[in-house]
Amino acid sequence: MVTAQNQKLLTGNAAAAWGARLAAIDYVPAFPITPQTEIIETLARWFDAGEMQGKFVTLDSEHSMVMAAGAAAAAGVRVFTATSSQGLVYAMEALYTISGWRVPLVLVNVSRALASPITLGPDHNDVLAARDAGFVQLHCESCQEVLDTVLMAYRIAEDERVSAPVLVNFDGFFLSFTREPVEIPDAEAVRAFLPRFEAKYPTFRASQPLAQGAAVLDGATYTYFRYQLHHALRNALEVHQQAADEFEAHFGRRYGPVETYRLEDADTVLVMAGAFASKGKAAVNRWREQGRNVGLLRLRMVRPLPDRELVAALVGRRAVGVIDQNLSPGLGGILFHEIAGVLAAEENRPAVLRSFVGGLGGKDISSAEFDHVLATLDGAKTGSADPELLFTDAEWRQMQQRLAVAGKSLEAATP
Amino acid sequence: MRAKREFYHSPKDLPAAEFLSPGSTLCAGCGGLATLRLMHKVLGENVVVVDAAGCMTMLTSYPYTVMQSSWLYTSMSGASAGAQGIRDALDILLTQHRLPETDNLKVLVLAGDGSTYDMGLSATSAAICRGLDFWYLCYDNEAYGNTGFQTSAASPLGAQTSTSPGGFAGRKKDIFEIWRAHQPAYLATVSAHEAVDLAEKVRRALPLAGPKLFLGLAVCPTGWGFDPANGFEIAKLAVETGVWPLKEFVHGQLRHTYIPSRFRPVVEYLQPQRRFRHLFEPQRRDDVLEQIQHNVDAYWQRVATEAATT
Repeated sequence: MVTAQNQKLLTGNAAAAWGARLAAIDYVPAFPITPQTEIIETLARWFDAGEMQGKFVTLDSEHSMVMAAGAAAAAGVRVFTATSSQGLVYAMEALYTISGWRVPLVLVNVSRALASPITLGPDHNDVLAARDAGFVQLHCESCQEVLDTVLMAYRIAEDERVSAPVLVNFDGFFLSFTREPVEIPDAEAVRAFLPRFEAKYPTFRASQPLAQGAAVLDGATYTYFRYQLHHALRNALEVHQQAADEFEAHFGRRYGPVETYRLEDADTVLVMAGAFASKGKAAVNRWREQGRNVGLLRLRMVRPLPDRELVAALVGRRAVGVIDQNLSPGLGGILFHEIAGVLAAEENRPAVLRSFVGGLGGKDISSAEFDHVLATLDGAKTGSADPELLFTDAEWRQMQQRLAVAGKSLEAATP
Repeated sequence: MRAKREFYHSPKDLPAAEFLSPGSTLCAGCGGLATLRLMHKVLGENVVVVDAAGCMTMLTSYPYTVMQSSWLYTSMSGASAGAQGIRDALDILLTQHRLPETDNLKVLVLAGDGSTYDMGLSATSAAICRGLDFWYLCYDNEAYGNTGFQTSAASPLGAQTSTSPGGFAGRKKDIFEIWRAHQPAYLATVSAHEAVDLAEKVRRALPLAGPKLFLGLAVCPTGWGFDPANGFEIAKLAVETGVWPLKEFVHGQLRHTYIPSRFRPVVEYLQPQRRFRHLFEPQRRDDVLEQIQHNVDAYWQRVATEAATT
């Protein structure tokens, strides 16, 4: 399958652009934002050079960009767009709007923490803010997975059982600007997996007037349509499975809604999403070398939440620790609560279910922090929803220095 | 002075076709609806309306629509961006022969002043600068009408709204001049009671590619406070007092399509409307009334000066 000829060193951003190019997308409405910008710059160059057919257009904001993307999909072309962070939340209204139109398109989000304070470093608060917007949501760990997932995303979005937009997420900096060897699939092979686009839903055309996005004036009608969208996203579980089967048949790589790593006999399991799962796997390997039965579950599909797969993978384990790269102030880690909800009805659920919050705003999760998480799970007798913040002594000393420079005493600055 | 007309000379000349069915849930006497109806007559068939949040959103409510044309409701600020997406998609499909030319559509943004003057301005400004081939109708009733008549950037000096109970102290934003600075292909103000002037302008814009923008005074019986039967008279007074100039900008030239030979005092326009009643009773507010008259006079003085120097 993999040959030196079609393998290149690509950043996550370049891999996303290659995914869009190979998907033979027709239309890219764009707006720049770090760390996503390389994606749209790459696509702009390809359109300009005639290597892609259709149109690239820069909008005035992410809100406009997503609205144009949805409207173009409603008019019957294959649409790709990308954003990050502030851009995603600026577009939030448009996300909800276009998912209600039930249009298939793919939006890549390159995760970056949200202001305030304003920063460039990655975490998952941006993408998880969009978790209820009616998009299928897939989180990637590697550059190869980014390219492959964009291709799979069109299959899922355009399937008539789903007919909803798909958001493909990967971590800013750690993946967006990191080069990894990526196999670029052959364009003809991609056409066999993902045929050229032809809308199967009513589109805007003179011979067939269509009212789209009509207002509803009562709660029952509103509920009907929103619940339709819920069913559509639940259908994405099965559609994803079929897309994964076919993708594997064509390209030899397989992606599930969750990825299980060394889980077979694991009594202690880390749960993570995104690129830091690679560091989690390294921690698992270290502990395995010491004869410890630990493993990792990477949540790849956040919406629809793959509850059956989560139950199958986690029920019967002694201890599960969810490392959330996000913080819902006043709650804690978002994914922890989603997973706890899935497990709540299971009789044989893990006795120890713990919440850890780390890797916010580009902060590293060090080997020592992974060891701490695993040791905590190892020694715990009971679970707790109280999140433990991962913050090293060295980081704390540095923070103290910064407070001192800013003229704040530690006593005054610490609650 | 009335500009010479090329296509329509009397209301009888207007196309008979109707593209809006009766039975909408809009208020009786809605000037915005009348403006859309007239504009659509001249635009003809094969239109997709891209709607911004506002009163006209009620034209389509599941499972009913009064529109015979296609319709996409977007959001308060995103209609011009939606228009960009549809226009681009249609062009891609036409260029690649994936859609027959007979299936092509004119793209019309439909937005109120609340969307147009403030929240939607960014998207519209960008669309004009990109040279997007689209139509835009702003039905300007000078407040956020659909939410119960709150002050918008289009509210005029002195007008009482539900958020300016003492009368709006600012000045109506000059969106015409903001749009004109973008040099669109076509730009005009219209009024539904001046149906022939309106139709002539839409017809003049028909062969032009690029942004074709219409700012229509939408008399609003509900928000302005007058009997719906008097809408025609109120709209006429807006023009005859000089409050609402009828003008167009095309091929780089600005011209007024009608200038009253003798301007009527603005109080004749203000007095019949509940939103200005506080300027007349319990005490007459001559200071505000004179300021409003002064602003109108100053506008037309500028027009006269510019006409004399060009």
